[in-house]
Amino acid sequence: MIVRILAEGQWTVADDRLDALNELDSAVEAAIANDDQEAFTKSLVALLDAVRTSGNPLPDDTLEDSDLILPPADATLEEVRELLSEDGLIPG
Amino acid sequence: MTLMKRFSLIFRAKADKALDRAEDPRETLDYSYKRQLELLSKVRRGVADVATSRKRVELQVTQLEQQSNKLTEQAQKALAMNREDLAREALTRKSALTGQIGDLKAQHAQLQGEEEKLTLASQRLQAKVESFRTRKETIKATYTAAEAQTRINEAFSGISEEMGDVGMAVQRAEDKTAQMQARAGAIDELISSGALDDASTVNRGDDIARELEAMSSQSDVESELAALKAGTSGGTPQAIDAADSAPAQIEASQVEATPVAEPRKEEGQA
Repeated sequence: MIVRILAEGQWTVADDRLDALNELDSAVEAAIANDDQEAFTKSLVALLDAVRTSGNPLPDDTLEDSDLILPPADATLEEVRELLSEDGLIPG
Repeated sequence: MTLMKRFSLIFRAKADKALDRAEDPRETLDYSYKRQLELLSKVRRGVADVATSRKRVELQVTQLEQQSNKLTEQAQKALAMNREDLAREALTRKSALTGQIGDLKAQHAQLQGEEEKLTLASQRLQAKVESFRTRKETIKATYTAAEAQTRINEAFSGISEEMGDVGMAVQRAEDKTAQMQARAGAIDELISSGALDDASTVNRGDDIARELEAMSSQSDVESELAALKAGTSGGTPQAIDAADSAPAQIEASQVEATPVAEPRKEEGQA
């Protein structure tokens, strides 16, 4: 599985790490739902750290789509919410 | 659907939408390559812009630190002359500067971070653009338009995502830098207006330096006088005598505010 962290690059992450990542992802989601910027930053940093530590960086010259794309570490709640709520782009 | 999945889909949809394909897929290759080069030069300009802002903040920090040091020296001098009021005033001004310097240093760190991120982004993009170019030439030389489609889709994978990513990174860096530029402009104005200055150059800031200068010429006169008296009478000069003969250049209120006998103890150090 290839994961991109925006503004940082791409990592290959073993598929069996997905459950752990999903768990961290739920915390990010909860923080967004609660409109809690502090919890959002904390959980996002934890999620990105997990990707960086459990994955291997892809070489710069590879041209491959990512399976997952994650917001940059310094993203604000508003930025992420804005992107998530843009019309016509959310498939279901 | 998890947040990650949603975010990924939306981001990819945006990136793909921006690709704008031509009818002949091989033309799309050239068109996309041109756009990639444009983005590459845009991100390089972005790096240069952020570096310019960073240097500006660096210069401001240096200027404010010089002023801050000057105020410390003035406070020490004032205290040596037993003018706690002046020392307090100098330190008050200094503490306002310290706050500004702290802010600027935080901004500097942020700009440095942006600069590093953009530099890495431009390196990644350059590597990918180079890969794309090689693949593009192979595809154009080897395949017919119909055959090329699958290969082209493969080549587009990753590059469109990278372009979306880098495009967003440049945009965010520009936004952040613009905010800091506005603040840096305000500080430049403060510096040039003298509001942050100590300073021996500006009206309001004048007073500490001027008064210290007056004080030190006063004590020069006093110690010379004391030396003269010691020479002529052989006795220790009286504090009151010396203070009475202080030069008139000091405002009367300031002289009165200073305890007459105490400055004498400091004269040796002043």
